[in-house]
Amino acid sequence: MNAILLAAIGLGAMAAGYLFYSRFIATRIYRLDPDYRTPSHVQQDGVDFIPTNPYVLWGHHFTSVAGAAPIIGPAIAVIWGWVPAFLWVVLGTIFFAGVHDFGAIWASVRHRGQSIGAVTGELVGKRARNLFMVVIFLVLLMVNAVFAVAIGNSFINTPSSVVPAWSAILVALVIGQLIYRRGANLMWTSLGGLVALYIFLYLGPFIPITLPDTVLGLETRAQWIIIMFVYAAIASMLPVWVLLQPRDYINGLQLFVGLGILYLALVVAAPSVVAPAFNPDLPAGTPPIFPLLFVTIACGAISGFHSLVGSGTTSKQIDKETDERLVGYGGSVGEGMLALAAIVATTAGFATLEDWQGVYQNFGAGGITAFVQGGASIVSNGLGFSPEFAATLLAVMAILFAGTTMDTGVRLQRYIIQEWGNIYNIKLLTNGYVATLVAVGSCLALAFGAGGASGAGGMLIWPLFGTTNQLLAGLTLLVVSLILVKLKRSPWFTLVPMVFLLAMTILALLYQLWGFVADANWFLAGLDLLILVAAVLVALEAGSALMKERGKLAELAAGGDD
Amino acid sequence: MAESEQPSRWKRLGALLEEFYHAPYRGAVARMRRDEEDLFMLFVYAEMMGVPNPAGFYTLELQPLLLERFHDWHRRMGMDHSPLEHFRCC
Repeated sequence: MNAILLAAIGLGAMAAGYLFYSRFIATRIYRLDPDYRTPSHVQQDGVDFIPTNPYVLWGHHFTSVAGAAPIIGPAIAVIWGWVPAFLWVVLGTIFFAGVHDFGAIWASVRHRGQSIGAVTGELVGKRARNLFMVVIFLVLLMVNAVFAVAIGNSFINTPSSVVPAWSAILVALVIGQLIYRRGANLMWTSLGGLVALYIFLYLGPFIPITLPDTVLGLETRAQWIIIMFVYAAIASMLPVWVLLQPRDYINGLQLFVGLGILYLALVVAAPSVVAPAFNPDLPAGTPPIFPLLFVTIACGAISGFHSLVGSGTTSKQIDKETDERLVGYGGSVGEGMLALAAIVATTAGFATLEDWQGVYQNFGAGGITAFVQGGASIVSNGLGFSPEFAATLLAVMAILFAGTTMDTGVRLQRYIIQEWGNIYNIKLLTNGYVATLVAVGSCLALAFGAGGASGAGGMLIWPLFGTTNQLLAGLTLLVVSLILVKLKRSPWFTLVPMVFLLAMTILALLYQLWGFVADANWFLAGLDLLILVAAVLVALEAGSALMKERGKLAELAAGGDD
Repeated sequence: MAESEQPSRWKRLGALLEEFYHAPYRGAVARMRRDEEDLFMLFVYAEMMGVPNPAGFYTLELQPLLLERFHDWHRRMGMDHSPLEHFRCC
């Protein structure tokens, strides 16, 4: 099958989802009102609450949700063949992610722009709110650990990416200084930043960097993991304007440029999909597709992380309620496009089926490595770049996304730890440095606890990260459904995805728990059990909250939609 | 017609980029500015609260200039009226 056709079908379906399904949700279910006075007007303070251009908000929502995760997930999951990954990404984006992101923003806007955690507290109760915090903390913990491992792997597999990836930090620091200290023109600064980034990308292959085999008994991957956390700890303590803001910005621009390059190269190169539609000879140890597919691809099909973004800053800046459709649903379509690009790169970017099988030798072997290899061959065939440059480009693209997420993730973890310090009156934890150390320490413990002293098995956490992320999405869908039930509107479009997600999550956790216990991997078994407890609690909360509204639900089921 | 539209479009793109850069961090940056300001105010009015300030001689000059900000500051710090006996602003 030609990859262009595959991409066209996927993009066409998502476009149709945006045009028809999101319109249906907007008019019939969420019933957006262009005259509703949004929090950005009612509570306007010129700081957090400020009416903002919908295209700018879409850009933000899209760039902050599209990171390394929608690349890694699909790139691992194509091991089952391209059809399952493709279907889950496309249908997930249309019926799950879009409705979820859109709903999170809508719920928050209708609740004074509060975060989804706070809305949960208001609607479901304090216990659910605390549960929310725990799940968020677990998501952040896992995302930081797994990204550090993924970045370490990329640095080892693509040594030419080391110089450009670290130079990007320098570029961001310079942009931040120019803008805040010199009041530089943003247009020229951005262009200059992008050009500098690409010059470093060009130089990368000439100065490949590899770390020594062992330092103080630590293997190369372990060294990179530690370096990444030292970086993340420092970066998360810096004021946001110094590094995070310009880094986020330049990454956002780079996302648009990178996606453009990938799709353009795809059209010119027109490769064929070499991976099987359904993989008949799965490598030994590959878990069953059902239910693992639905947690291996979290971001790209649906991800609870988006509700944090949507209800954190986005909802406070929505100008008109009708903008939510573009920002929320449109933002997740953007992420679906990135996941689709990852599927195309990892299934059509190899010359033969044997080459493809050579990469997908075991579960979790795909990831960024496969994306870089496959994507690079498409980009170099399509646009005539040297293979080294193309590989560097793709590796750096993924590394920058993962790096920025770590920077933000450690910062958020610190806030949560400080808040716990306040709630439970532990003075020490309210200190920023101590909280950062605890955050980074717990991530390191997870990375090495799961991956061994070399960090080699760190990617084992990936499906666990997916389950936690889906749990968060389930909680958000629960809140949105509850609001709909209270308004006497049909909740099925959010309730059915919620039930499906919670069921898949719990099944996947049980399956993995069994595997961890069989391998006597007690560390991961304990972690799995912890998430399982959280999942069961979420399901119970959902059940009890819905039971309270059973009168209204029965009315709705009988067709009493007002 | 097209020529006169060109610069305005360029400017609009610039404004969009500007918003794209600032919008997500507006709150965080404003809070940080405020914290810095609070520290600065504490320096300027340190001696009045009995905290010895080696730079007191220099900060004294700034006090009348900051009176209005002092009012905002003590309210933000949770005090309805000036905390200083001999320094009333409201």
